[in-house]
Amino acid sequence: MWRVARLVAAKDLRIEWRSRVVTNQVVPFAVLVLVMFAFALDVESVLQRVAPGLVWLAVMFSQFFLVQRAFAVETSDGALDALRVAGVDPAGVFLGKALALMAQLASLVILLLVGAVLLYRAEIRADGLVLLVTAACSATAGLAAVGTLYGGLTAGAKGRETLLPLLLAPVVAPVLIAAARATEAALGTAGTALGDGWPWVGVLATFAVAFGVVGTVAFGPLIEE
Amino acid sequence: MDAAVELCDAVAVLGSYPALAGADLTVRRGEIVLLQGPNGAGKTTLLRVCAGLVPLARGRASVLGLDVAAHRDAVRARVGLLGHANGLYQELTVRENVDFWAATAGAGTDEVASVLERLGLDGRLADVAVSRLSAGQRRRTALACLVARRAEVWLLDEPHAGLDAAGRDRLDETLTAAAAAGATVLLASHELDRATRLATRVVEVVAGTVRQPS
Amino acid sequence: MAVTTQPVQTERPATGRVTATGTRVTRWLAVACWLGAGWLLLAGLVLSPPDVVQGDSVRIMYAHVPSAWIAYLAFVVTAVSSAAYLWPRTRSLTWDRIAGASAEVGVLFMGITLVTGMLWGRITWGVFWQWDPRLTTTAFLFVTFAGYLAVRGLGGSHEQRARRSAILGLLAVVEIPLVHFSVVLWRSLHQEASVLNPNGDVQLDGFMLFTLFTGVLVFTLFYLWLVLHRQRVLWLQDHHDDSGLDEALSARRAEEGTP
Repeated sequence: MWRVARLVAAKDLRIEWRSRVVTNQVVPFAVLVLVMFAFALDVESVLQRVAPGLVWLAVMFSQFFLVQRAFAVETSDGALDALRVAGVDPAGVFLGKALALMAQLASLVILLLVGAVLLYRAEIRADGLVLLVTAACSATAGLAAVGTLYGGLTAGAKGRETLLPLLLAPVVAPVLIAAARATEAALGTAGTALGDGWPWVGVLATFAVAFGVVGTVAFGPLIEE
Repeated sequence: MDAAVELCDAVAVLGSYPALAGADLTVRRGEIVLLQGPNGAGKTTLLRVCAGLVPLARGRASVLGLDVAAHRDAVRARVGLLGHANGLYQELTVRENVDFWAATAGAGTDEVASVLERLGLDGRLADVAVSRLSAGQRRRTALACLVARRAEVWLLDEPHAGLDAAGRDRLDETLTAAAAAGATVLLASHELDRATRLATRVVEVVAGTVRQPS
Repeated sequence: MAVTTQPVQTERPATGRVTATGTRVTRWLAVACWLGAGWLLLAGLVLSPPDVVQGDSVRIMYAHVPSAWIAYLAFVVTAVSSAAYLWPRTRSLTWDRIAGASAEVGVLFMGITLVTGMLWGRITWGVFWQWDPRLTTTAFLFVTFAGYLAVRGLGGSHEQRARRSAILGLLAVVEIPLVHFSVVLWRSLHQEASVLNPNGDVQLDGFMLFTLFTGVLVFTLFYLWLVLHRQRVLWLQDHHDDSGLDEALSARRAEEGTP
């Protein structure tokens, strides 16, 4: 299973490296979303206060594109079918794609946090760094797992792609809440204490583990016809 | 009985349309069987059923003695399918695609090198991204991915389509060599002259059923 | 050249030609439902006393709380039926149909919960929406099940639909508690005046409590009645599809004549 996961993750990342879809399309979109929030919300003090939430909102919207891209790669030439026929371990495929997705999401999160610092005057403090990194890692792991799972469900036949945001948005809501609160605690936004963030990291970790395990088991049956 | 593939009153449904309407077929090991028939007859569905991709609504299908419904993963491990789509990753090179598919089947890099050479994909061509290849070259790459997996049963859906004369020659050589090495080949093709020479037996698929089943 | 096939075995439903989904059980249920509804209306609107604090608007509670209960019940039934379908020993499309029927009826009651909750909030405290855990989780249940129903409508064979929806149903079992817990934790950050919390401090005296329980009972009867009928309709649909297969098969084989 892990051998297959490594193969699939390496393949996905290599494809991304060649095609640069994430760097050339998704990242600009995410940054644009940050800018548009500024247009919509206008007041600078408000922006600074809600910066953590906006960052994770932008991550969530970008996640839809990343997941759809991850599976468009598979379905454009029937590769997902070929993976099924080849008897490749679906749990390995799930883990591989989730890991690749996690890497892409992680780089996006870093970029968006930088963007928040630049655009919203968010301030990252040194003692909040551990909390921030831990929260971001668990959040991206959870988003990657759940995205890969639901992406597999909606991949393939026509008319299913539009279903992805509808299915995914309610599911990632806990991640949105938890990641935003944890980030607020890490940045000290509105005087939130550092210690307040750790329960949220617990929620994120539970989410990531739960969907990591569930996804590994459920991905195979879900992609079958 | 040493049957490589056995279909018994197989009914397969796509949506509500019965693509296979009760097909019977027996293929022995080492045979090269040609499926011929008009478009829409059900040849593609038949091959996909044997690969375990499409479940049967009625009837039975078994490959190498294993029931496809009950032992689907074991069947898939021994079967290789070249379908209508090539199953390739557009952004990766020929070599990377074949490497990937070979690695998932546990084959090594020297195996990949020899396969590329046999199908004329070595040299400069091996490091070109699939998206830049012609349709015929992509088909050959897809075939290389199949060959590298060393399956026991080969299922090929119109493999000659898009290949030039040299490509078709190499394909025929590969299939004959595979059958000689003990693999069973089932192919659907409209290339009647060439395929009839290649095949040990010809079978007609019409309206979702098979004629001359054994 | 004769086509060598065996005669096709067709399944006939035991009931032969079915023209309606009603049976003795559902008729008795229906009577009980509507009688109970009548009693509930009487008790809720007339007989029970108005609340000390909220006055008459507390009567919405008799619709809101029971429908929230049914929403959760429907969710649990769908989850259990999904698990029953996926478990090899109990695999049967009946479970899938029960899951689907329960989801449809559940979405209806989730909608009622949300609307009555909003009305209650608006009338009593002037706000349509409170981010309290129950209402928020119900909203998430609603959207999740709307997605579930959309996936059920994707098509494919009955088994494909069943497998896909069953997995989705069980995924909801993982998601909803996570959502609920996150919202609870989230709201605990904000000190909310408890009087604004519609769940909290309605003083339930004897008769009000009794009416509330009656409400729960009546709504449960409605749920059972609707789900029974609905899953029979789904059964009829599935059988219609299956018998359509035989006709399609004969038509397909007859194609041989055409060039």
